[in-house]
Amino acid sequence: MDLISQLNAPIFEAMTELRKRRVVPFDVPGHKRGRGNPELLEFLGEKCVGIDVNSMKMLDNLGHPISVIKDAELLMADAFGAKNAFLMVNGTTSAVQAMVLSVIKEGDEILLPRNVHKSVINALVLCGGVPVYVPVDVNSRIGIATGMKISEIKRVMDEHPNAKAIFVNNPTYYGIASDVREIVKLGHERGMKVLVDEAHGTHLYFGDNLPVSGMAAGADLAAVSMHKSGGSLTQSSVLLSGGTIEPEYIRQIINLTQTTSASYLLMVSLDISRRNLALHGKESFQKVSNMAEYAREEINEIGGYYAYGRELVDGDSVFDFDVTKLSIYTRDIGLTGIEVYNLLRDEYDIQIEFGDIGNILAYISIGDRIRDIERLVGALEDIKRLHANEKIELYCGDFITPELAVNPKEAFYSKKVSVPLSKACGRISGEIVMCYPPGIPILTPGEKITDEILDYIEYSREKGCVLQGTMDPDCKEINVIV
Amino acid sequence: MEREVMDIWYSQMDTDHVKTSIRIDEQLFSKQSDYQRIDVFKSREFGKMIVLDGDIIFSEADEFIYNEMVVHVPVAVHKNVRNVLIIGGGDGGVAKTLTQYPEIESIDVVEPDELFIEVSRKFFPETAKGFDDDRVNIINMDGLRYLRRCNDKYDLIINDSTDPFGHTEGLFTKEFYGNSYRALREDGVMVYQHGSPFYDEDEAAFRAMHRKAYHSFPINRVYQASIPTCPAGYWMFGFASKKYHPIKDFDPDRWNARGIETWYYTTNLHRGAFMLPKYVEDILSEEESRA
Repeated sequence: MDLISQLNAPIFEAMTELRKRRVVPFDVPGHKRGRGNPELLEFLGEKCVGIDVNSMKMLDNLGHPISVIKDAELLMADAFGAKNAFLMVNGTTSAVQAMVLSVIKEGDEILLPRNVHKSVINALVLCGGVPVYVPVDVNSRIGIATGMKISEIKRVMDEHPNAKAIFVNNPTYYGIASDVREIVKLGHERGMKVLVDEAHGTHLYFGDNLPVSGMAAGADLAAVSMHKSGGSLTQSSVLLSGGTIEPEYIRQIINLTQTTSASYLLMVSLDISRRNLALHGKESFQKVSNMAEYAREEINEIGGYYAYGRELVDGDSVFDFDVTKLSIYTRDIGLTGIEVYNLLRDEYDIQIEFGDIGNILAYISIGDRIRDIERLVGALEDIKRLHANEKIELYCGDFITPELAVNPKEAFYSKKVSVPLSKACGRISGEIVMCYPPGIPILTPGEKITDEILDYIEYSREKGCVLQGTMDPDCKEINVIV
Repeated sequence: MEREVMDIWYSQMDTDHVKTSIRIDEQLFSKQSDYQRIDVFKSREFGKMIVLDGDIIFSEADEFIYNEMVVHVPVAVHKNVRNVLIIGGGDGGVAKTLTQYPEIESIDVVEPDELFIEVSRKFFPETAKGFDDDRVNIINMDGLRYLRRCNDKYDLIINDSTDPFGHTEGLFTKEFYGNSYRALREDGVMVYQHGSPFYDEDEAAFRAMHRKAYHSFPINRVYQASIPTCPAGYWMFGFASKKYHPIKDFDPDRWNARGIETWYYTTNLHRGAFMLPKYVEDILSEEESRA
């Protein structure tokens, strides 16, 4: 990385210049620097609304960057050790979609772990790809899916030698990383592209003592949620390429679904965040790691909670662990993660990232302060004092290996009929059933519905998880293929 | 020869639209600690003052009111105070007031900001003298963190922190009241700053505080004092208790027999302090009826 050039922020500089010039706008957006929408102006402020502008000569165009956006993307690529970088304005969802659509065509197989984000499944509905799941272990102590084992990957690769790509979470929501370097080696030996979902991994590119990043491991593409640990605005993201795929082709793929009115608020936030990460990322993430480690020690000292860390690492299914993640297993105090999540929000005014059946995850970032960590730990202590119960055993079967009957695109577009969940056993699902938290699909289009899966759905519902994805907003009925 | 007073004014923003201004004779100190900005001013009317993040925390002229009200009220009710915890209290005033009671065995002052204590010692040696008593033990640690490790340990906890929105925000939360409850003995009492309900923008914090504390302790009453440097000159305290009621278990004769010299507190005033204006009573009872 060239640190001198990283001092620049081309989009930020161009927008600052634009503000100075006081150009009279006879273009969109129609609020005209906020004058046409005084309430919005009052709420967001002139500084913010005044730079909500459209692409123009001095600001370049995200659909076909030739000046400041191009420069910002070059700096982005350099900061992340990538060959090419693409600013994304529709979330990491759009970056994940672009990765899949860039390498998978109708009927192509893609290897992936079950605990992928739903954006991957949705991308397969768009392109007609065929998912081949690599089984992932569930850690029986804490009930979360771990990474993909190399032995399992080899087996599945041997069974599907024509697969076009393998998809890797780096790390998972909970901080578990697979052996990305080895996966890249295995994939490339077999001519498969390696796609890395780094929605929870921006910091891997800048911090020390963290799992290896996708680009450093030699992956072909990586989707990086700058707005999570990177500090940019919600919905801004980055797609990175290692240079093995034509960048012009990736741009074409992105432009299939990307807005032609990309928000400069999002783009400038990426530009400024990138500069900040390049210049200060290392110290910042050291601080984040220290805070998370401190919280882990304090929480484990309370007793009853298990804030897990590097001790999970086994060199295989948990190849590495991202210590900035603060995930806590709660069932030993007789509470599900969802219950603790709700108590923290309702009783203590503390909003954490999510709670699932056995765990909570508190997101620690460059914006945190140690005094807020003290509040979280104090609240967990108090919850234990007031609400602790008999230890509850973990309900096993969090990750049920599905049986794919037809490919997701075919299932999605098939004629379907809505049936009550209780009568759905044995049918083929025509839609996705998501469980929030933790946001991992229980059923995806084309999969066979079993009693085991239906039991899991009802259990999640009973425990307060939000079920989504079905056309029926209450998820009481499901569309199945006729 | 008397020095000319220059036209330098310090203003405390009581709300966005109201300020209290004090003419400053001299600025004695200004520094950003790891926790807050600390300023020391000398003024004609209020003497020396410590200002933290722009708010007056302590002035020579009216500190006695605050210190007497957070100490004498609970000690006159609780029958047997031996071990006391002060959360915050970096100026030493509360500790000093407590040292007037010979039966108190230990006074732990948990103040994270070492610089605050240093500044108090340097500019307010009279008050900070409280720290020199053998029974006083200073612990530089976050209050919540310290409390987590305490169980059934104190007879009295005084929350001497001031700002529900600054670095002491964690001391105005349900987790703080819950952790304090556990740190107290079975007949323990906690006294805490309750802010001022007068200005609209302070009312929400006042309400939230009462709601949280009320549901954390079996007995919870609020009392008042008139403190000129506080917003609206009006300040409230919370009295949260596991066993003793601040009026029913109050023993004025016993306290008066001690012969402690005061400037604000009297046993008559003790009773009166719990008699609140109608609008405050209404706010409190509204919050008490909430789940």
